[in-house]
Amino acid sequence: MPLDSKIPSGPLADKWSKHKQDSKLINPKNKRKFTVIVVGSGLAGSAAAASLAELGYKVKCFCFQDSPRRAHSIAAQGGINAAKNYQNDGDSTYRLFYDTIKGGDFRAREGNVYRLAEVSANIIDQCVAQGVPFAREYGGMLANRSFGGAQVSRTFYARGQTGQQLLLGAYSALNKEIANGGVQMYSRCEMLELVTVDGHTKGIITRDLVTGKVEAHAGDTVLLCTGGYGNVFYLSTNAMGCNVTATWRAHKKGAFFANPCYTQIHPTCIPVSGDYQSKLTLMSESLRNDGRVWAPKKQGDTRHPKDIPEDERDYYLERKYPSFGNLAPRDISSRAAKEACDDGRGVGPGGRGVYLDFAEAIQQFGENTIRERYGNLFDMYERITGESAYKQPMRIYPAVHYTMGGLWVDYNLMSNLPGLHVLGEANFSDHGANRLGASALMQGLADGYFVIPTTIANYLVTQKPGSITTDHPEFKKALEDIKAKTNRLLSIKGKRSVDSFHRELGLLVWDKCGMARTREGLTEALEKIPALRDEFWNNVTIPGSGDAFNQELEKAGRVADFLEFAELLCIDARHREESCGGHFRSEYQYEDGEAKRDDENFTYAAAWGYTGDFAQPELNKEELKFEEVHLAVRSYK
Amino acid sequence: MSNLNLQLKVWRQSSANAKGTFQEIEARDIPDHASFLEMMDIVNERMIAKGEEPVAFDHDCREGICGMCSMVINGVPHGPEKATTTCQLHMRKFKTGDTIWVEPFRARAFPVVKDLVVDRSAFDRIQQAGGFVTVRTGAPQDANALPIGKDVADAAMDAAACIGCGACVAACKNASAMLYVGAKAGQLNSLPQGQPEKTRRTLGMVRQMDKEGFGNCTNQYECEASCPKEIKRNWIGKLNRDYAVSAAVEAVVGLGNASSGGD
Repeated sequence: MPLDSKIPSGPLADKWSKHKQDSKLINPKNKRKFTVIVVGSGLAGSAAAASLAELGYKVKCFCFQDSPRRAHSIAAQGGINAAKNYQNDGDSTYRLFYDTIKGGDFRAREGNVYRLAEVSANIIDQCVAQGVPFAREYGGMLANRSFGGAQVSRTFYARGQTGQQLLLGAYSALNKEIANGGVQMYSRCEMLELVTVDGHTKGIITRDLVTGKVEAHAGDTVLLCTGGYGNVFYLSTNAMGCNVTATWRAHKKGAFFANPCYTQIHPTCIPVSGDYQSKLTLMSESLRNDGRVWAPKKQGDTRHPKDIPEDERDYYLERKYPSFGNLAPRDISSRAAKEACDDGRGVGPGGRGVYLDFAEAIQQFGENTIRERYGNLFDMYERITGESAYKQPMRIYPAVHYTMGGLWVDYNLMSNLPGLHVLGEANFSDHGANRLGASALMQGLADGYFVIPTTIANYLVTQKPGSITTDHPEFKKALEDIKAKTNRLLSIKGKRSVDSFHRELGLLVWDKCGMARTREGLTEALEKIPALRDEFWNNVTIPGSGDAFNQELEKAGRVADFLEFAELLCIDARHREESCGGHFRSEYQYEDGEAKRDDENFTYAAAWGYTGDFAQPELNKEELKFEEVHLAVRSYK
Repeated sequence: MSNLNLQLKVWRQSSANAKGTFQEIEARDIPDHASFLEMMDIVNERMIAKGEEPVAFDHDCREGICGMCSMVINGVPHGPEKATTTCQLHMRKFKTGDTIWVEPFRARAFPVVKDLVVDRSAFDRIQQAGGFVTVRTGAPQDANALPIGKDVADAAMDAAACIGCGACVAACKNASAMLYVGAKAGQLNSLPQGQPEKTRRTLGMVRQMDKEGFGNCTNQYECEASCPKEIKRNWIGKLNRDYAVSAAVEAVVGLGNASSGGD
């Protein structure tokens, strides 16, 4: 199937202005007749729900947490990029665009990325107007910090809690609209199915997590703002509830899933300490502004870090990437840590860790300055590990953090399935094969505040509002399907817990489809995943019933979807016979271990269609055209 | 790393209207590096293996920021560690042989959903009653057109650090939500962006708080002591002052005029 990205014609810098001019309008009176369903209440979801309600649309917003404020955007620590050039250090929209395209290893769409850079400045204005307490200088102006993959200082931040503050800003806008009656909010309510009628998206099926009631909701369009699929690895920095269910169910209804193999492994997380572990904790990348990453030069060096003299330490990022040093992008820093550990030079339990050392920064700026910059992160580190990073270096190791792949969308953020829009991390559009730090918050808010309010009308004008209600047979059928699926899960009554399957799947996917992948390993994973899925459907046990609060049942539905999705993830990773960004195939590397892209054969987005057979998805290609930038080897040396 | 053997006494309640009771649960061989919630995971896995219903508890991010985890541990919301959420509390803070009491946050405005899970939607409704600046998405002025002194911005950030977990309510003998409301109203009321709606916001949030059934503040500051984000009691004082002024403005000039500039 040909994929039309609907990128507007004309010069790159004019595309978004032109598109805004060309987009359809709906008069305010008619907007009220349209119902917009928003699934997810993170940055993208809350921002979209609030902004669309302000415009006059009737919005229904759903989240599985007990309050929209808990969405996982809240955990983002470091900051948000914007091309404000407040620092007078040569930043511009073009430079942010270029850094993002290059950071994504030339696997993102030029048009989308330029738009993202363009609206980035508006986001900061919007958030400040809402009362988001960004860090400021003594003169009252906004402060900036540097982040990986950039040589300018363009990151705005609110201590180490930027995601929290931006989300609370969007949540406050959402609350304003709930109070005005523009948004109807459904908390503790999980989407379990997408409903399509004659090929158009017309609603969803949800389960009320408190009462267990399964319900249908009809709308004129559905926005999925449901985040990424990092929890397919079980251990990740995602919240426990993050899942692929909404996007996967949409995929099974016809939406293409693009580039699932682009997963981001974050270099600075607290290492795994035991098999009881339920999640991995991120230490913000901003720490690399002042921390120096090193490993002992000697293999198996078990001395206390302070007993290892300077000349026996390998500051490998500074050595390998002198111009970016400790601020090399995430994929590169992660692989470098893995290399050091694979070489037997890792530190801490199991030798899976490297040091992030603040001794020099503390000496230079004083402990108080460092405490002011990163105090909450140092405290968190101490609570988890029992060690103080003021006194000895942190131990860090890479962990799954973000997923660049997601449902395929065009320039209007609409998937190939008419009426289904996908925003934020849930779509695939802006980060290519690797996302730069402080860009996720930017994308979530750009999509929600500034893109969808313009582009949604292009679809809605083609629809008669409220033409389909939940009385339609498709809704009845979907309701029955979901009830049947729930009953089937509950009736297995096997021997193994849901978590035990999730753990096993996670270990397998991390091992074979994690930081370094091979055709052989992926093939092995593709043999094991269906077997594990079969066992799940025959041997999982879920206590309790479906018509009450039942957390095991919630998890079971999500793990069932991960067990299907994992297969597509590995198929995509095996088909992409190149290394790029977060996708590193060991067969494709330069002699110095850097990723080797194959631009001739793989300059496309792989958008997979569901065929009914997990092993045989249909590959659709969107060729990526680069009109503005020249494809180059991504070098941070 | 060593392992602990513990005795848990956990509140079990099958639904909002059911009668609850403490259940004794053995928790043996718990790694001291595990978090409190990971200890609960281990206990739950063992219960599932025996065909029993696991203990329901709220949790999500497990890094101390989403505010979803709750639990009163040995009588203290989020347990004994200062400035620490339950998910960030680690078992190395306990000793083998300890008995640990685990209960839900208790307050009339936080009805129990199941076991340790409570309904905190009252907090959302308080925010909807004024916890925002009425500004449309669009093109506001340039962010740096409004200078805000570092001390003002830092103070607002101190208040904004609230994660909305509800520990302050659970810690208070009157189940007062003054610290929670004070933090949000205080953040916006101290910033220039929040001035135009200050009166309306303060009255709206405080009245909604009363309506939800939260109790009165008697200035004992258990809330401050239990707050995982160390929100300071001075926000309660500021809320009281803002409320007094707002109520006076309302009485003298009326709310409609007050919020439109008083002309």
